[in-house]
Amino acid sequence: MSAVLAKLSVRQFSLLSIAVFAAILPHLSRLPWSLTLLLPALLCARWWQRRWRPTPVSALLKLPLALLIVALTLMQYGNVFGREPGSALACGMLVLKLVESETTRDARAAVLFAAFVLMSALLFAQSLFYTAFLMLVLILLLAVLRQLQVQPANSTAPWRPQLIHYLRDAGLSLLAGAPLALCAFLLIPRFTSPLWGAPNDGDSARTGLSDRMSPGDISNLLNDDSPAFRVGFTGEAPAPAKRYWRGPVLWNFDGRAWTRPEWADTAAQVTITNSGATIDYDVTQEPSLQRWMLALDVPIEVPADATRFADLTVSGRHRDSTNPRRYHLRSVLDYVLQPELSATERRRALQLPRGFNPRSVALAQQLRAAHPDDDVAVVREVLQRFRSDYSYTQAPPELGRESVDEFLFDTRAGFCEHYSSAFTFLMRAAGIPARVVTGYQGGYFSNVGRYLLVRQSDAHAWSEVWLPQRGWVRIDPTAEVSPSRIELGATATRGGDRESWYHPEWIASLRNQFDLANRWWNEAVVQFNALRQGGLLQPFGIEHADYAQLAWVLSGCISVILAGMTLWTLRRSRGAEDALDRSYALLCSKLARAGVKRAASEGPRDFCARAAASLPESATAIRALAQRYVNLRYAHALCDSAELHLFDRAVHALRVSKRKP
Amino acid sequence: MTRREHTATGASTTRERLLRVAEKRLPALTRLRQAETLPIRLHRHRIYVRPTRYGLAFALMLFVMLMAALNYGNNPALLLTSLLGAALLTSVFRAVRNLDQVELHSAQVAPVHAGEAMSFALNFSTPERAHYGLCLSGTFGMTPFDLLPQQENRISAELATDRRGWLAPGRLQISTDYPFGLFRPWSYLNPSVRFLVYPQLEVHAPGFPLATRAEGQRAMRGADDEFANLRDYRHADAQRLIAWKASARHDRLLVRELERRQGIELLFDWAQLPELAYEARISRLAAWVNQAAVAGMRYELILPQQRLAPDSGEAHRHACLQALALMPGAQQ
Repeated sequence: MSAVLAKLSVRQFSLLSIAVFAAILPHLSRLPWSLTLLLPALLCARWWQRRWRPTPVSALLKLPLALLIVALTLMQYGNVFGREPGSALACGMLVLKLVESETTRDARAAVLFAAFVLMSALLFAQSLFYTAFLMLVLILLLAVLRQLQVQPANSTAPWRPQLIHYLRDAGLSLLAGAPLALCAFLLIPRFTSPLWGAPNDGDSARTGLSDRMSPGDISNLLNDDSPAFRVGFTGEAPAPAKRYWRGPVLWNFDGRAWTRPEWADTAAQVTITNSGATIDYDVTQEPSLQRWMLALDVPIEVPADATRFADLTVSGRHRDSTNPRRYHLRSVLDYVLQPELSATERRRALQLPRGFNPRSVALAQQLRAAHPDDDVAVVREVLQRFRSDYSYTQAPPELGRESVDEFLFDTRAGFCEHYSSAFTFLMRAAGIPARVVTGYQGGYFSNVGRYLLVRQSDAHAWSEVWLPQRGWVRIDPTAEVSPSRIELGATATRGGDRESWYHPEWIASLRNQFDLANRWWNEAVVQFNALRQGGLLQPFGIEHADYAQLAWVLSGCISVILAGMTLWTLRRSRGAEDALDRSYALLCSKLARAGVKRAASEGPRDFCARAAASLPESATAIRALAQRYVNLRYAHALCDSAELHLFDRAVHALRVSKRKP
Repeated sequence: MTRREHTATGASTTRERLLRVAEKRLPALTRLRQAETLPIRLHRHRIYVRPTRYGLAFALMLFVMLMAALNYGNNPALLLTSLLGAALLTSVFRAVRNLDQVELHSAQVAPVHAGEAMSFALNFSTPERAHYGLCLSGTFGMTPFDLLPQQENRISAELATDRRGWLAPGRLQISTDYPFGLFRPWSYLNPSVRFLVYPQLEVHAPGFPLATRAEGQRAMRGADDEFANLRDYRHADAQRLIAWKASARHDRLLVRELERRQGIELLFDWAQLPELAYEARISRLAAWVNQAAVAGMRYELILPQQRLAPDSGEAHRHACLQALALMPGAQQ
């Protein structure tokens, strides 16, 4: 059709350029610097060229440009698949699409592609601000689409009101879709485990357990809500804050990854001074590729066919990847673990690779110098540092060779692995024996089944430090950052005395408000998962909604909303003619009740004449009304609403007595 | 077209009832094939919607985005995708509403001769709210237009003509891309209007015969009469009326104005031209009628079945041309 092949006008092209720029803007800071420079330059050049010399760009230019973008992506990332190279390439291709855009169809394709580029930006950051900005770009994209529809050739509306009209139109469209979108967002069934874990993607990982941990490599955590194991307690279940499930303990650090050593011995005697009640429980573990068994905090009794290492890691004899494993354990929660540390163990708990993370080492030594004899003070200082200046994210930036340095001093955002790794590193560098413990934390206690369900997404990593007399003490540095963002906001503002002019009261309160909004966003939106979705229908008596129930409710909601909008669409604007019809219908029914029924073929004049003849008492009134109706209906091109109203009142006022037989 | 009234007394079979429902719900299949009397107002029973190819492509892209967002458990991405999807889906309502209540109330045309482009105008009623991005398509191609309140809404288009007789614009499709081009609601406008196309004019027709009646012998002044009124040449003038000498003097073509005289009447008789073929005769007579009208003379037209009494003026010219246009063999 010729409409889609219509050439883009200058206005259309300009708005499209702006929209494309806005779509790649969130990506620019992450792209390789060559593309960061090239893409905006290319975009501006194309706009300039199209504005002043509107000729199509030759293929001789487009092809090398495409190759250049692919080459730059390859140079930076080594391949074109995966999250980062993929999005870089998508940005490049979007700009190239703009370079070759000449017709309406091209522009529409560009908008389609821009929507995808926009969404892919959210794979890297998900903060409230960022998402809000992307929503605004969405309005821009819709405005481009609105502007692209066929325009009468003679439309010469001024530019600015027209643009405002389009933007307003697009914004209203988003608003109109909001209820539907909200329903869909809440009720579209979430995957409990990812369909594809992007196995080629070196930089993403699933939540779960492994005996290797390298925080810098993981930049995107795929939430896997499938169950890991279930626990039935003989007595009461421990409080949620005490549910630390110990998996493999990691000792060795090579600069990038924490691993479990070969030497882990089983023979060494572990001294555990128990000062509380013991807890007996049965664990049913889902099939996994690991040998490890999960024990609550400090296990004191393990099954006969299992091994307990000196660091309290419990391992089965062999791995079973098909059947669930069930075992009985006994643990203690209040204990003193290994008050005496052997020289070998101390050496192992202080091991650090040479030549890595110099800034962190310097920081640790500085802390040590400040508190030469007080290990606890050093621990407290580090935790305080985390609390005041770091944030929790499941999509942290990738880290380079000096992973701990970069995390501690540059990126300052990460999840449990980053925090436990950095904390343990600092402890060791300060001369305090420390180790990383991986496992799970938390779990959902089902009151119905009387068991605790622990999911893969509950996987966690924390640290243990050895303190004189107190033995190994669990320290969870992530807990300092994640659960208490409100306090973080408050401390952040309290720390602002250094530059007093910069921190008037209202900025502090604004920052607190902003932090509150961010916290709400994180809890309500970013961390909304299959688990919480299942609880949505609790007010309606469904404890845990399954896929089918969610789908039913979703389709129900969508139907109601769409039906409402359909009614809105089809609502008739009751025009003048309808009012006249109604009045005439009333007149006819009044006469029918009096005994004169209008035949289908009878026109108003004939009918009223007949009625007047058979109802002599009201003959004059009927004749007058008939005349008025005919005049209103046929004499004028457009009815006068005042006259219509008068006619209607006259019809209402008409009283006819029944025809005498 | 009047809606048939159904009385409750008539025994209606299931089939009849089905047909009635189909007629009401899908008028494009039945009623809209036939022409309707003006005015035609579009309403929900006669507006159809389909997604455009672009709409389908967008749906596919939204699905890809949805899957990516779900797979990565990325809620903000899911929110963005649902918002975009909902905004695009609900645009179908605005699209339909954009076509609803559009009313075509009349059509106008200036008559032309076969072979010339006929430009006609469709007048839409002044709407209560603006309708943007409408598109009218038919045999004449596509015309985009907006309907705005408080404004005369006249859409002009041109139809090609090749034969004399009646010409109907035919069934027109009215559709809209509003607001985002993802859905296309459409309907048919099939107004029962027809325009008359006059016969083709003979090119280089010889001048009309003078003095075919006894009293008209002295109709013309002498050919070299220097005192004849002169006026500018018009397209339909016969070449033999051109005053060559005067034209040379004034550097433009001038023709002698024939004086209108009571009692001087031309006679164009079908039977006078036995040597010409049927259509050629019509063309010749039409050309003569135009020439005579331009010259302001009285003329009489005699056709096999019809006789138009001598007269002059526009009305007479149109009556003659219409009679010629509707000679047997005309396009109906």
